[in-house]
Amino acid sequence: MAYDYEKHIRPGKLPHIWCPGCGHGIIMKGMIRAFEACGLEKNNTAIISGIGCASRMTGYMDYNTLHTAHGRAAAFATGVKMAKPEMDVIVVGGDGDGTAIGGNHFIHACRRNIDMTYVIMNNSIYGMTGGQFSPCTPTGALASTTVYGNPDPTFDIAKLAIGAGATFVARGTAFHAAQIEKLVAEGIRHKGLAVIEILDDCPTTYGRRNKFRSVIDMMKRLKEIAVPVAAAAKMTPEQLEGKVLTGVLHKEERPEYTEQYAQVISRAKGA
Amino acid sequence: MSGAKAEIEIIERNCKGCSICVEFCPTKVLAMDAFVVKVENADACIACMQCELRCPDFAIKVHKL
Repeated sequence: MAYDYEKHIRPGKLPHIWCPGCGHGIIMKGMIRAFEACGLEKNNTAIISGIGCASRMTGYMDYNTLHTAHGRAAAFATGVKMAKPEMDVIVVGGDGDGTAIGGNHFIHACRRNIDMTYVIMNNSIYGMTGGQFSPCTPTGALASTTVYGNPDPTFDIAKLAIGAGATFVARGTAFHAAQIEKLVAEGIRHKGLAVIEILDDCPTTYGRRNKFRSVIDMMKRLKEIAVPVAAAAKMTPEQLEGKVLTGVLHKEERPEYTEQYAQVISRAKGA
Repeated sequence: MSGAKAEIEIIERNCKGCSICVEFCPTKVLAMDAFVVKVENADACIACMQCELRCPDFAIKVHKL
C-alpha cells in the first residue's frame, strides 16, 4: 500500500508552497514516517518552527504547532517542554533560522540537553527572504549578498551541536530519503537534545546562482558528497576531501534538563 | 501479460514537475509530460518505492500489486 501521509497533514494544505525540487517536502515525509514509527500521538506532540521556508512546515502538519519569531523556535520549544515535560517536542527550521539568528538559542538548547528533537534543514542559504548568505553557505559561493563570492568560513552544524553539548547528533541528506526517517526516529527515541541536520537543496536561490543547471544536479551532488560514518572510517583523508559524513555522528547519555529541573522544584518545596 | 509490480498513481494537482522521480527511477517507468510527470512504462515498475519516497510534493502513490 502507498503510504498514507495525508492523515498527518491539515486538510486542503496541499500542494505546499515549496518550489519545484525543494527537498523540504522529502524531509517532511521522512519526519511523518518517523512520527508514525515512534507512535507519536497528535495531541501529545508539539512541532515548533521559526521563520523561513523550512519553518513553513508547521503550517502543514496536523499536530499542535507553533510558528514563532525568526530564530526563536528553540526558545519557544524549551518553554513548551518545561511547561509540559510529558509532550514530545519537535523543532524544525532552516540553517539561517537555527544557526545565525537563532544560534544563541540553538547552542543553549544543546547545552541544557533538554529532551527535544531539532531537525535543521540545511540548504546553505536564506531562501525565503531572497537568497542572502547564511553561516552555512560554502566559502566562495554566490548569494544575493555575496555577489563576488562568500568570504566567510562555513559552520559545521553537527560539530557545533556536539561542541555545545547535544547528546544525539546525526546528519542525513534530502537525497537519502529512507535514512531521514531512521535518523529522526532515533532522535525522537533519544532522551535529551537530538540534533538532526539534513543537507538540502535550494534550486531557486542557491542552485541558480551557483552553476547547478537543475534540481537533478543538486540531488546528484548530495548523493556524491555523502559518506556513511562506517564507510568513512576506512577511507583516507584525501578520499574524504570534499565529502560530508552522514549517519549518527555522536551519541551519549547525560542528565536531561526537565528531569533536573523537577528536582530543583522539589528541593525548593523542601521535599 | 503485465510485469508491473505496482500501480503508480499520480496526483497531478500536487506535481510541480521537478522530475526527481523520473531521474532516479531505476527502471525508467516515469517520464515528463510538459510540466507534470506521467507513467510511461508501467510494466517495468519493480515497486522499489523510490519515486514515492523522493517526491517532495506528495504527488506519487505506489500501490503494490
